[in-house]
Amino acid sequence: MITLSHYIVLGTILFCLSVAGVFINRKNVIVLLMAIELMLLAVNVNFVAFSRFLGDASGQVFVFFILTVAAAESAIGLAILTLLFRNRSTINVAEIDSMKG
Amino acid sequence: MPTLNDILTLLPELYLTGAVCMLLLIDVFLQADQRWVTHWLAVLVLAVTGWLVVSGQPTAPTTAFGGMFVRDGVAEVLKVFALLASGIVLVLSRPYLRDRELHLGEFYTLILFATLGIMLLVSAGSLVMIYLGLELLTLSSYALVALNRDSRLSSEAAIKYFVLGALASGMLLYGMSMIYGATGTLDLGSIRAASATSAHPTLLLFGLVFLIVGIGFKFGAAPFHMWLPDVYQGAPTAVTTFIGSAPKLAAFGMAYRLLDSGMGGLLVHWQEMLAVLAVLSLAIGNIVAIAQKNLKRMLAYSTISHMGYLFLGLANGTPAGYSAAMFYAICYALMATASFGIILALARTGFEAEEIADLKGLNQRSPWFAGLMALAMFSLAGVPPLFGFFAKVLVLKAAIDAGMLWLAIVAILAAIVGLYYYLQVVKVMYFDKPEGEPLRAQVDPSLRVVLSANALALLVLGLWWGPLLAWCQRAFAG
Repeated sequence: MITLSHYIVLGTILFCLSVAGVFINRKNVIVLLMAIELMLLAVNVNFVAFSRFLGDASGQVFVFFILTVAAAESAIGLAILTLLFRNRSTINVAEIDSMKG
Repeated sequence: MPTLNDILTLLPELYLTGAVCMLLLIDVFLQADQRWVTHWLAVLVLAVTGWLVVSGQPTAPTTAFGGMFVRDGVAEVLKVFALLASGIVLVLSRPYLRDRELHLGEFYTLILFATLGIMLLVSAGSLVMIYLGLELLTLSSYALVALNRDSRLSSEAAIKYFVLGALASGMLLYGMSMIYGATGTLDLGSIRAASATSAHPTLLLFGLVFLIVGIGFKFGAAPFHMWLPDVYQGAPTAVTTFIGSAPKLAAFGMAYRLLDSGMGGLLVHWQEMLAVLAVLSLAIGNIVAIAQKNLKRMLAYSTISHMGYLFLGLANGTPAGYSAAMFYAICYALMATASFGIILALARTGFEAEEIADLKGLNQRSPWFAGLMALAMFSLAGVPPLFGFFAKVLVLKAAIDAGMLWLAIVAILAAIVGLYYYLQVVKVMYFDKPEGEPLRAQVDPSLRVVLSANALALLVLGLWWGPLLAWCQRAFAG
């Protein structure tokens, strides 16, 4: 029997993986974008699971909004990434450090 | 089905949406030298929206679309000043953008869409609306920061802003999902009612922590301030002026809706968390600002410290505290447009005027602008009788009333440290010898008039702050 807590644990694991992906990754900006996508999906798992177990549909409606905004967000993220590559010829996170202090 | 009442309640937002889409279309048919049409149309649209907000204000708080949208006094005040700040930004930015071949229709469209996001955010009655308003604001801001496509710094600032902003949205959403799980509703009023009797208080508290992290990121409060200095420095100054002003009002609105309307029952918990963020912001903001040589970066750290002061009022958790915090947010937005406005006025083709050393001897070359900058700096530092002083007094009083005397003492010490780097700018302008080729200030008449009015307003409102404070207090009285 799969209970609510299984889903919440899954959501938490996905969320932690994505936060780790943002902070540990020093190589590639595209991996950052993937980690951010994963974070939103972890939230979606939570919302759908709560919605199902509470018997309330509004959580699932929220998921549709999150999915739509996530699509717009990755479009802007990839556009900025293209810009970054054109200006610097690198997308290595460790090299994006002209501003400090 | 939406009723006529719903639509009338939402009229300013609907008008702004329609007008921005029209503006986008009109701009396509204009030549580059006719862009002034877009500019003045955008200012007109903001003015009409402001008129709709004030004239259609209901006497009692009204909700529309099943409680998704709230139109009350708080929303009115925040919307009026967000529209005002956006309008000031548009007028101040035009000469700067024109000199750099960045005078594009996109700038106006994105600023107006971001303003629409602010208006929806401060009127949100549900977690969904908070999220959508916030994303409309931040997605437009990401694109604005990257507006200067050929600048290395600008694209670096944009990617940093994007990654950390998206991370913050993710944290906020995760918190929202926890709160939804604990209370079973997305409506802020129902969350407040359900949180008292929730069967899962731990889940609720867990959600609250993530909400605070998200709010901290959006405000740029320490220790979640990493994005702020880089974005302020890397973005074109016109965009920095926008990001530094109107979105701070939105951040206050979001914090008020989430923490008071939604999580008001957990006041004792979030009060402590905000106090910790306030102390860290005051300390880090003021101390690191001393070491900065770049004026925009220094003002970024000054923003961080000002968010600390704002949290003093917010952490009070009573209508008096909220009105002090709102007064502070309005005051900060006007000080930000004035201080970044001077940088915009002094910049010219190939010269950004963004190093503190660039202001050397400004008084001998352009005494009027030096005077305005001195007004802005004294107001930021909180010197009486300027606007910034009374805003600081109010939030300090709110902190003491909430029984957090130690916090007020930290804030006063931080203000004394802050005085050093603001006065440094004044010293450079008045007592240092000019270097290099003479600074020539912009001669654009609309910029001069608006910037002068903005900076002098800091003095006028400092002497005559009663009506504005009364308006803020009335907003929370209902």
